[in-house]
Amino acid sequence: MNTVEKAPILTVDNLKVHFPVDVGTIFTRKKTLKAVDGVSFQLYEGETLAVVGESGCGKSTLGRAVLQLLHNTDGQVVWMGQNITGNSVKEMRPLRKDMQIIFQDPLASLDPRMTIGEIIAEPLVTHHPELSKDAVKDRVREMMDIVGLLPRMINRYPHEFSGGQCQRIGIARAMILQPKVIVCDEPVSALDVSIQAQIINLLGELQKKFGLSLLFISHDLSIVRHISHRVMVLYLGNVMEIADKDDLYNSPQHPYTQALISAVPVPDPEARKKRVVLKGDLPSPINPPSGCVFRTRCLYADEQCAQTKPELINMGHSTSGENHQVSCHKVSVLDQ
Amino acid sequence: MNENNIILEVKNLNTRFDTPDGEVSAASEINFSLKKGESLGVVGESGSGKTQIFMALMGLLAKNGKTTGEAIFKGQNILGLPVAQLNKVRGVSLSMIFQDPMTSLNPYLKVSRQMTEVLIEHQGMNKKAALEKSIDMLELVGIPEARKRVHMYPHEFSGGMRQRVMIAIALLCEPDLLIADEPTTALDVTIQAQILDLLQDLKEKLGMSIVMITHDLGVIANMCDHVMVMYGGRVVETGSVSSLFTDARHPYTQGLLKSMPRIDGNHNEDLYAIPGQPPNLQALPKGCAFQPRCQYATERCHQEQPTTTYIDENRTASCHQLSAVTASHPMNVVEGAL
Repeated sequence: MNTVEKAPILTVDNLKVHFPVDVGTIFTRKKTLKAVDGVSFQLYEGETLAVVGESGCGKSTLGRAVLQLLHNTDGQVVWMGQNITGNSVKEMRPLRKDMQIIFQDPLASLDPRMTIGEIIAEPLVTHHPELSKDAVKDRVREMMDIVGLLPRMINRYPHEFSGGQCQRIGIARAMILQPKVIVCDEPVSALDVSIQAQIINLLGELQKKFGLSLLFISHDLSIVRHISHRVMVLYLGNVMEIADKDDLYNSPQHPYTQALISAVPVPDPEARKKRVVLKGDLPSPINPPSGCVFRTRCLYADEQCAQTKPELINMGHSTSGENHQVSCHKVSVLDQ
Repeated sequence: MNENNIILEVKNLNTRFDTPDGEVSAASEINFSLKKGESLGVVGESGSGKTQIFMALMGLLAKNGKTTGEAIFKGQNILGLPVAQLNKVRGVSLSMIFQDPMTSLNPYLKVSRQMTEVLIEHQGMNKKAALEKSIDMLELVGIPEARKRVHMYPHEFSGGMRQRVMIAIALLCEPDLLIADEPTTALDVTIQAQILDLLQDLKEKLGMSIVMITHDLGVIANMCDHVMVMYGGRVVETGSVSSLFTDARHPYTQGLLKSMPRIDGNHNEDLYAIPGQPPNLQALPKGCAFQPRCQYATERCHQEQPTTTYIDENRTASCHQLSAVTASHPMNVVEGAL
C-alpha cells in the first residue's frame, strides 16, 4: 500500500534474455532459447527476494542479467534510478561495487592460486587503489572475522578449506565493498545440512547489520521460506507468481506453486501427505508451449490456456503492502 | 523375532581405504538388519560413510578399499564372495541405483541393449522375451511410449526419465532388496516427488525392501520405516522413523533435525546451526567423532569411543551422555511440527 515511500533500489521491467541456438545436427536451424521471457520485479532496500524454480527455469540467467553480466535482449534494468541496460563493461565498473554475486560451487568460484587474503582483497584493490597494503589487510581481516573465518588464516589457499568455509570466503569477497545488493546463486545447495544452516544464518545476520538487499536464487523451497521476505516463482523464464513469503506459502494461488510446495518432503513422519504430483517434465525452453507455458503439466488447463498467455494479475495487497501477483487464467476457478 | 523375515543382516562391517596418507576408515563397526518389505533410511552428511557401506556390500569398492565383517543376505554372507558368485546375487536379488542417472547409464548403448543384457545374462531369456519384459518394466516405472523409447539412447531422456530407466533396470530381475543411493538428489522437486511416489508404489507392489541413502531427512520421513544416522563413519543412532523424528536421543541427530530449514514450522528465528565442520575421516578426533561439535561433551567423550546403547528393542544410540541429553532435551526436537 505504501509503495510510494520506499523506493526500489532495483527495478526490472519486462526483462528478456534470449540465446540463439542451432537445432539439429545436419540441417541446422537457428532457433531462440528464451531463458528469461518478460520478467518484471522490484527489489527494495534491506529485502530478500527469492527466485525459485526448477532447473532450466531461467533463474540463474535472470540473476546474471540483473547484474548485466549477461546482456538482455529486451526490457530494462534500473539501478537506483539509473537505466543500466546495455551498459558497457567500463560503464558498469563503478556500479559493481554496489552489486555483488555469490556462486553455487564454493570452491570453483575461488582462484586456487590466490591466497584467500588476496581473493577477498581483490574487489577492494580494484575499486580503491588508493588504499595502502596495510589498510587492505586490515579490512580483509575485519571482514574475515565478520563472516566467521579466523583472520590468521589469511595466507592460506582455498583448497585448505571445507565447502562451508569456502562459501564464507566467497561471502567475504562479496561483502568487502559493502555492496547494496548481492545476488546469491544457490549459495547453499552444495553444502551439507549442518553447514547450510550456518551460512543461511550468516546471510541473515549480514543483511541485518548492513541493510543489504539479497536476490536469493534457489530451488529449495524450505530454505527460501527461511531466508526471504518475498518470493518469485519462475517457470520456463516466466513469472508464475510473486508474493510475500507467508502469503505464497500459506495460500499459493498458481497451480505450479501449489504443486511445487506440496512436492517438498517434510521431515515429519506424521505429515506424510498426499502430494500434488505433476506429470511429465519441464518442456524445452527452445520450443515452449503456446499460451501459458505451464499448461502441459497443469491439472486445470483448457483451450484458453493454450491460446493466450496469461498476464500477471494482482490478487490484492498483503501484509507488507506489496502485491500478490499471479499469472494464471484459472485463478478464479481455483479459488472455489 | 522371526529370523526368516530378516533379509539383510550386517555384522561388524568395517571398510577401509589405503591412501598415500595412510589407512582411512570409511565405515566402522556397522551393525544393522533389515526385514523383508521394510525400508531403511540411511542419513548422514558427505563423508559419513553411508554410501561406502553399500558399495562394500555390492562389491563395488574402489581398488584400494577392503572390508571386514559379515553381510548375510538371504542366508548367505555376500562380503568377500568371488565375483562370479557375487554376480549371481547383485543385479538379481540385490540391486542398486545411483545418484547421477546420466553417468550410471552407458551413453553409447541404447536403453534396450542395457536392459535386455541384464535379463539375458541373469535369467537366460532370449532377446525377444527380454525386450518384452524390458518394455513392461519401462511401462511400470511410468515411461510414456515405452515401446518406442526403449530403442533410444540415454541422452534422449530427461533427468527424471533417466532415473526411471535406472530404476527399471534395477528392478528387471525383481530384486528382494533395492539400494537407492541419493536417487533424487540430482532431480528437481516435482520430479523427486514423482520418483519417490514410484518407489513407494513399487515397494508395495513387488514387496521388496528398500535402503534409501540420503542426506535429506524429509525424504526419509516420507519414505522409510526405519532410519540409521551416520556420522564420521559410524552409526550414531537407529530407530523407527516415528520415534527418531519425535524423540531423537543423539546430540547429532537432534542438531540435524533442528538445523534443517523446514517448509512448515517457524521461519522468523535463526536456524539452529551445529557449530564447526564435519570431521575429516583421515584425522578423526579422539574418542567420539562428534565430540568437538557437541555441547554435552565431557572428558570421557574426548577419550573413549562410545558403544551402542539399546534404548529399547528397536532403538540404539552411541553416546556417553545419553542421560544428560535426554534430560535436557525431552521433546523439543521438532517443536516446529508439534
